[in-house]
Amino acid sequence: MEASFQDRSAALRPSMGKAAVSALLPPAVVIGLAALLHFVIGPAIGYFYAKVLTDVGIAVVMAVSLNLVNGYTGQFSIGHAAFMTVGGYAAGSVVYYGHYLIWGSLQQQGGFLGPSTLLYVVALLVGGLAAALAGFVVGLPSLRLRGDYLAIVTLGFGEIVRVLVTRTNDVLFDADEIAAASPVTLLTSVGGSLGFTGLPFLTNLFWVWVAAGAVILFSYRLKRSDQGRALLSIREDEIAAEAMGIPTTRFKVQAFVYAAFFAGIAGGLFAHEVGTTLNPQELGFQKSFEVVIMVVLGGMGSVTGTTIAAAALVILPEALRSFSDYRMIAYALTLILVMLLRPQGLMGLREVWEIPAVRKLLRSGR
Amino acid sequence: MALFPRALRLAPILLALACSGQTADKGPDAGQGGGEHGSDVILVGEYGSMTGAEATFGQSTHNGIMLAIEEINAAGGVGGKKIELKTYDDAGKTQEAGTVVTRLVTEDKVVAVLGEVNSKLSLAGGRIAQQFGVPMVSPSSTNAQVTQVGDMIFRVCFVDEFQGFVGAKFAAENLQAKKAAILYDQGSPYSKGLKDDFTKAFVGFGGEVVTDQAYTTGDQDFGAQLTSIKQAGVDVIYLPGYYTDVGNIAIQMRAQGITVPMVGGDGWDSSKLAEIGGPAIEGSYYSNHYAAEEDRPEVKAFVKAFTDKYGATPDGLAALGYDAARVLADAMKRSPSLGGKDLAKAIAETKDFPGVTGHITIDDHRNAQKPAVVVEMKGGAPHFVASVAPGQ
Repeated sequence: MEASFQDRSAALRPSMGKAAVSALLPPAVVIGLAALLHFVIGPAIGYFYAKVLTDVGIAVVMAVSLNLVNGYTGQFSIGHAAFMTVGGYAAGSVVYYGHYLIWGSLQQQGGFLGPSTLLYVVALLVGGLAAALAGFVVGLPSLRLRGDYLAIVTLGFGEIVRVLVTRTNDVLFDADEIAAASPVTLLTSVGGSLGFTGLPFLTNLFWVWVAAGAVILFSYRLKRSDQGRALLSIREDEIAAEAMGIPTTRFKVQAFVYAAFFAGIAGGLFAHEVGTTLNPQELGFQKSFEVVIMVVLGGMGSVTGTTIAAAALVILPEALRSFSDYRMIAYALTLILVMLLRPQGLMGLREVWEIPAVRKLLRSGR
Repeated sequence: MALFPRALRLAPILLALACSGQTADKGPDAGQGGGEHGSDVILVGEYGSMTGAEATFGQSTHNGIMLAIEEINAAGGVGGKKIELKTYDDAGKTQEAGTVVTRLVTEDKVVAVLGEVNSKLSLAGGRIAQQFGVPMVSPSSTNAQVTQVGDMIFRVCFVDEFQGFVGAKFAAENLQAKKAAILYDQGSPYSKGLKDDFTKAFVGFGGEVVTDQAYTTGDQDFGAQLTSIKQAGVDVIYLPGYYTDVGNIAIQMRAQGITVPMVGGDGWDSSKLAEIGGPAIEGSYYSNHYAAEEDRPEVKAFVKAFTDKYGATPDGLAALGYDAARVLADAMKRSPSLGGKDLAKAIAETKDFPGVTGHITIDDHRNAQKPAVVVEMKGGAPHFVASVAPGQ
């Protein structure tokens, strides 16, 4: 009996080849699309539009990662920009001082995938991990409680980060001085209120969209996994979830740490983008709110909805620049109307292909 | 209730809050110049804070630039071509500044960029102008780092080091002060820089900075800092902040019974200063780029033209905007072509240009060498007291 059961389950299991394809195909598609954006579409649409697309990518990373907490898990974090700040400054310090310590200058080493880029990718991961660590420290005490405590704690955390960064010293730019300085000196010399100026421009469409693709894939797969189901059950009713044997604190903290990690990566991307300056004032409360708005507008829990909302909220103000007298009013009005008419966001929990009309269209297409 | 979790119920309220903050920041007048540009015009870009917390800075500068360009065009333009200005609002944010300068340089293809007032924004925009080899002239960013970005970045104002020196010299020599207190904004690089430069110069003049107290942008209550300043018993108080904070500090200071004179920098330069500070700010001094009553022909002509056009006395930022545009036009006339390299070289060769804010010579570090003035607040308006030339 035992053997035949195993035989039957083995027959149901996909073959190794098929499993490998379904596991590796999506990341390969992401990398392919990012490369297409970087090498073909970017040069074709010109520098300015490429920059807007880069901004969109960073916004997508921020919004989709916050969706893990505010969307899936139903918690309310309003300090997402603080994790971006932590990741940005960590990544920035690694790239900036790393360049000086390894090569003695800020000169970019090699082109695409050259040594500078490798350092940059390592720095992005360091930024992500630093933010994830901060997320763990902030999340563990506050997520044990139920209710709005997380909102207050994340708000406070954002302010703490802002004040700490404001008090740092000026960036060092003398190679000998940097070589002689201690790591603590380097970590506290990140520009203070003037911002971390002088970071090399290493962020491009490729890396931004690899990160955006990664966070989208991660979120979507998480949503379909047992962990994601647990998160959604916490969102719907925490007591019932607990009664069903779900360790709610552990899952909430996990989601929060994942979100912080991706926000840290977004910070690193932002820090090295052309025409941005990492500075504490602008990565404050207002920025956190922009991200919350993207999630709420797109639909709490919908990966595609959040992505679309993030893209729209970056492109719209730019497209409306010619009507700049009214653009902020129109922007605010749109948001208020959406909140009144569709409080669950444009898409709710659904993904694009789960909307009835789209589903019908897809089916008829077959 | 499942459809309406707690977080979702909070969202609309917080959302409305966030939006009201955003719309309140944005005034109705976001300057929008530009239009079609054919071959018979020279397109120049401008970025500035037309809205946001520093909106008066951007608007004043814009008015000064517009006046200069109208005069240049009326006098035949540059080599027979008219100058056309394309202006974008950066709302006082570095990310916006980066985006609009990218747009000016790569989409609108301007030959040069004018901007910003705030050094932080000049640094953000300057790196892009430098990257694409388009010259940028900042009218009034006084932080030393701005022109260190690269060989395309210039300014027509003095740097903070000189301004701190002027403040210290005035306090030590004209006010006969021996002991000074400083109250500065630790969230602002401008304020922190001036604090250090003033301290260094004041000690050099034989004075002593007895106490320096800090506040953070947005603070409303300065009671604690002022109490310790009062106890320190000083002859002069240096306030290297922006006009909003300075006005509030002045009121609270006088209310505490501190009567010693206050001295500040060009961050005070706004008509709002007297509005906020009222009688408390009377009898205070600040270093500035020019004074409207100076007895020079350039100043007289400019003040008259500006008052005729806008119905208000120009402040220092308007004068610097005017000078920045004219220095740029002058360089265009001398430059063999309007390419970035040629134009930058021509700007760098500017020597003894008769600007409203003094004779401008661009030095090797692409900064302007020129005098500063000290003005006194009297009857709600600044009045000329002294002029200090560099190297004195």
